[in-house]
Amino acid sequence: MADVGCGRPTGSVVGSKNTPKETPLVQKEETVMQAHVGKKAPDFEAPAYLKGGFTSVKLSDYLGKWVLLCFYPGDFTFV
Amino acid sequence: MSAVADQFDRFQKLGVEIISVSVDSQFVHKVWDEEELQKMVDGGIPFPMASDGSGEIGKVYGVYDEAAGVDIRGRFIIDPDGIIQAMEVLTPAVGRNLEETFRQVQAFQLVRESNGSEATPSGWTPGKTTLKPGPDLVGKVWKVWKP
Repeated sequence: MADVGCGRPTGSVVGSKNTPKETPLVQKEETVMQAHVGKKAPDFEAPAYLKGGFTSVKLSDYLGKWVLLCFYPGDFTFV
Repeated sequence: MSAVADQFDRFQKLGVEIISVSVDSQFVHKVWDEEELQKMVDGGIPFPMASDGSGEIGKVYGVYDEAAGVDIRGRFIIDPDGIIQAMEVLTPAVGRNLEETFRQVQAFQLVRESNGSEATPSGWTPGKTTLKPGPDLVGKVWKVWKP
């Protein structure tokens, strides 16, 4: 279960050096696009909302299933 | 997202799980679902709405717009082995066509079930002829595939 505190938890890429907790503010590391067709989908774990509650989503938990991953510009947008 | 939620049952029937991602927090997702989406789709959003507040996930998927600070519209079909089979990325003003996503999922599922012995030609829809790549098909596609 994801932490539901006053902070603003965020998603992170599994195995990435840019895990928010450890990243000093001054350090800026370029994250390179790793998504390519025919290649492994980059794994990630992120806090999520699901049917009235808060949970956590990890892509690798879905192995064995087909997944449709949809990014969109923002809540309360029009399209 | 309401359009995707509206088609959720069709995707479920194909065994497809959906995850949506934006830079909004899970708290904003909750309010959006309760205040608006539940009025558009019965029961609200039935799949997890993930939060990518730092844009880190969007960056590795190549959909993070640094200037706007948002994840633009990107759609990825990922197979049971965790392999990306298809991706589509659009600038914000144009919405997706879920019928095409649905068609692609069915095509990738057919190819996977045939262990790669079948392929789907341009414009294939379920029920239409598939191709069986091999020496016999070289130069003979015209015989089996009529657009």
